[in-house]
Amino acid sequence: MDALPAHMRPERSFQGFILALQRFWAEQGCVILQPYDMEMGAGTFHPATTLRALGPKRWNAAYVQPSRRPKDGRYGENPNRLQHYYQFQVIMKPSPPNLQDLYLRSLAAIGIDSSLHDIRFVEDDWESPTLGAWGLGWECWCDGMEVSQFTYFQQVAGVECAPVAGELTYGLERLAMYVQGVDRVYDLNFNGREGADKVTYGDVFLQAEQEYSRHNFEHSDSEMLFKQFTMAEEACRKYLAAGWKETSNQKEHLMALPAYDQCIKASHVFNLLDARGVISVTERQSYIMRVRELAKACGEAWVHTEAGRAV
Amino acid sequence: MPDLLLELFSEEIPARMQAKAADDLRRMVTDKLVAEGLVYEGAKAFATPRRLALTVHGIPMRQSDLKEERRGPRVGGPDAAMQGFLKATGLARIEDAKIQTDPKKGDFYIALIEKPGRATIDVLAEILPVIIRTFPWPKSMRWGERSTKSGSLSWVRPLHSIIATFGPETEEPDVVKFSVDGIEAGQTTFGHRFMAPAAISVRRFEDYEAKLKAAKVVLDLQARRDIILADAKQLAFAQGFELVEDQALADEVAGLVEWPVALMGSFDEEYLTIPDEVIRATIRNNQKCFVVSDPKDPDKTGKLTNKFILTANIEATDGGKTIIGGNERVIRARLSDAKFFYETDLKTKLEARLPKFEQIVFHEKLGTQAERIKRIERLAAEIAPLVGADVEKAKRAAHLAKADLLTEVVGEFPELQGLMGKYYALAQGEDASVAAASEEHYRPQGPADRVPTDPVSLAVALADKIDTLVGFWAIDEKPTGSKDPYALRRAALGIIRIAIERGVDLYPRGLLEGHIKRIRADLSDEPISDIGDSFQDFFEDRLTVQLRDQGRRHDLVEAVLHLRGGEVGLVSLVRRVEALGKFLDTDDGKNLLAGTKRASNILSIEEKKDKRTFDGAPDAGLYNLPEEKALAQAIDQVKHEAAAAVAREDFATAMSAMAKLRPAVDAFFDKVKVNDDEPKVRENRLKLLNEIRAATRAVADFSKIEG
Repeated sequence: MDALPAHMRPERSFQGFILALQRFWAEQGCVILQPYDMEMGAGTFHPATTLRALGPKRWNAAYVQPSRRPKDGRYGENPNRLQHYYQFQVIMKPSPPNLQDLYLRSLAAIGIDSSLHDIRFVEDDWESPTLGAWGLGWECWCDGMEVSQFTYFQQVAGVECAPVAGELTYGLERLAMYVQGVDRVYDLNFNGREGADKVTYGDVFLQAEQEYSRHNFEHSDSEMLFKQFTMAEEACRKYLAAGWKETSNQKEHLMALPAYDQCIKASHVFNLLDARGVISVTERQSYIMRVRELAKACGEAWVHTEAGRAV
Repeated sequence: MPDLLLELFSEEIPARMQAKAADDLRRMVTDKLVAEGLVYEGAKAFATPRRLALTVHGIPMRQSDLKEERRGPRVGGPDAAMQGFLKATGLARIEDAKIQTDPKKGDFYIALIEKPGRATIDVLAEILPVIIRTFPWPKSMRWGERSTKSGSLSWVRPLHSIIATFGPETEEPDVVKFSVDGIEAGQTTFGHRFMAPAAISVRRFEDYEAKLKAAKVVLDLQARRDIILADAKQLAFAQGFELVEDQALADEVAGLVEWPVALMGSFDEEYLTIPDEVIRATIRNNQKCFVVSDPKDPDKTGKLTNKFILTANIEATDGGKTIIGGNERVIRARLSDAKFFYETDLKTKLEARLPKFEQIVFHEKLGTQAERIKRIERLAAEIAPLVGADVEKAKRAAHLAKADLLTEVVGEFPELQGLMGKYYALAQGEDASVAAASEEHYRPQGPADRVPTDPVSLAVALADKIDTLVGFWAIDEKPTGSKDPYALRRAALGIIRIAIERGVDLYPRGLLEGHIKRIRADLSDEPISDIGDSFQDFFEDRLTVQLRDQGRRHDLVEAVLHLRGGEVGLVSLVRRVEALGKFLDTDDGKNLLAGTKRASNILSIEEKKDKRTFDGAPDAGLYNLPEEKALAQAIDQVKHEAAAAVAREDFATAMSAMAKLRPAVDAFFDKVKVNDDEPKVRENRLKLLNEIRAATRAVADFSKIEG
């Protein structure tokens, strides 16, 4: 860490912070992926987690995923609520026996020393109704603040995990704010420079938060979105149906990934409609169910693909 | 005698599960030992976030030997039976069996089976893995490489190591040899996650507990809780403050740490403008920290001060400065949210929130919350005169009582419902009684909760509960057996307690009949009357339970309830039970009871014999003994006096009137032969007996009274 230039230190810059995490997990044998190129509500939706958590093959990956939560937009006025933020996601399958220890070492790598800070694993059972997934684990607290989510996946997309994967999700902005000692997310130092060269999180994202808040709450085209939801749902089913191939000794699927993209799409469109307030309480449940059905069908397809099935 | 030490070391066990898990472990292991014939002297179980531990002491080294005789086939029986017998008993040849002579059935074989007791350590090696595999966690999980295999171990969180040692106090104990899912039992554990993570080798419970303590782990949950409370109190006291004690929070926090370290932090005084309850809910629910009050402040005793106490799991190298700083940041952000919610709530008047209730369904068959609030308003206005409340205030209070359910603060902290309504009502200048009703109308919430005192609160509390009860009765959703999803029994008990403790005489059936059409306009009189019957029965049952819980005699309650002569109010029922109880403690009462019972017994025998009743007034012309005339006269007088007293609800006077019957009844039974040879005289005397029974019924059915 001493070799790092000052502006790349995790406690000085947001980007240095991300790079420190990537480097740490690369050293643990994870493939470092780039963000998935679609809008999604959480890093868990990335096929590198949802689909790769299924099936018997070993899989270790880490990546940053921009997460879109249209409802959480606050027009840039709330110090820590954002409709677009970053998650850092780690998935290790099978979960290694020292995963807790690795997690604590990753905190040390970003400047959180466990002899100074009070780090706690507090019960939190994770469940995603839209993904048909659940697992047991904790929210990880640092000095009373929730900084990560730690889950042993038991089921994803309606399929039992065998072996079980361990998933870590770091809320990057929140952790970086703590490490940098700022109270307002927009004040985060993004590039670690000072004076005229300094770029803040606000310089990068404040305008986007304002614009997307307007869009999400006031102007998004509901009629188009309703159509998009149906189209994505239909496309997903179409691709799933077209992907099945029966050979003499096994059933195979050849298009699980493109089908799953449409499931991601449907889920995000639903979130946009929900933020716009055009889905009633009773309808809400049925939309969630529809996305879950897609996710389950994709999971079922995935375990019949090259990467998802037994060797 | 030897001891067992067992430790199951895992990743963090949820706090809420620890105490029960420790208890389950102790119960399962000791039950199994006893079932194996191994009686132990004592056992104690422990839990921390990372381990379950158990010590069982005074277990015998071996099971005792067992001898058993097993009866076999008769001598010379078929070969198949012989073979089966040999196989079942483990005998090599049939000659090894004894022959027993039986003169009736002929000779047969007996096998003597000697089962030598096994070494306890072998029994443990067999039962412990089964207990681990079948442990009743509320939720458990699989993990790691082995989770692919079917039948892989499932535990609350990944299990890392097991200690199992067994042996006498004075010697080096042995490891109980078993393994579960690749984890070999041994004698190694680990200390505190951060302060002493190294492996520790232990022999038995005494050095286990001591070595853990040296490695910064307090094994006993209770001990950790005591440390937390004592240290927190001390910290507050040192600065002249007082800890706001919170047992439930202390229990939870004790399950989150192995080495509790209490630290005090503070927050900006500007947040003290938020109501104390909101500050406490914010700090307690979200951050699991204690709040602190300032006893010095003369005009706001018990008011919170801007301090909080957190419990860390480590002794930090900087003395806790960083930890306090971090917690202060989070609490500041949380309080800033809470303040924002509170101030936002204050900007909207409570009545302005009400239209939203038109969209919120209370129950699909009972309409919206808005409709329910309207019903409660009408009912509260009707009840107001009964409890001495101002009608307009009662209506206003009922109108606003539920409005806080739609506020931000209550959305965040549902347990503050009612209380926030009171604050917001006061802030918008409502009458103090109207405001108080927001909070008080939910009371009493249970047998330990207090009953409201303000008449306006009483009116709304009754209206709210009655509407709930009548509503669910109207749609036939009554509690059955152990199922009471809408807490209707609690609502009924609330009404009963208000009636009794505040002396409001309520008539359940009348309440139902007056209100039910507002919910079910379609009902005609007949079904309403049926529903009224079941409602009355339900209330009488609840009243009986309530009075029995207060230690009143069950049979007296029965005797009063059994009258059924027109509807009696709840308070009147209780007064009758009380007066009856007092009366029966006197000699007059006891003798009158005996006399009445005697009359009843004779009557029921003769009624059976003649297959008729002896209703109707006796004929004065047929009296031929002075005792008959005296009794008839006494009955006339007593009936009159008792009825008048009961009409005034004056049961003490009614009872003393009853007492006057006693000498006449005693004299009658002494001198008069009821079954006279002359049928007309006999009939007349039986009618007179019937009059005794009838007279006493003015207050209770004496035949239900025991003794």
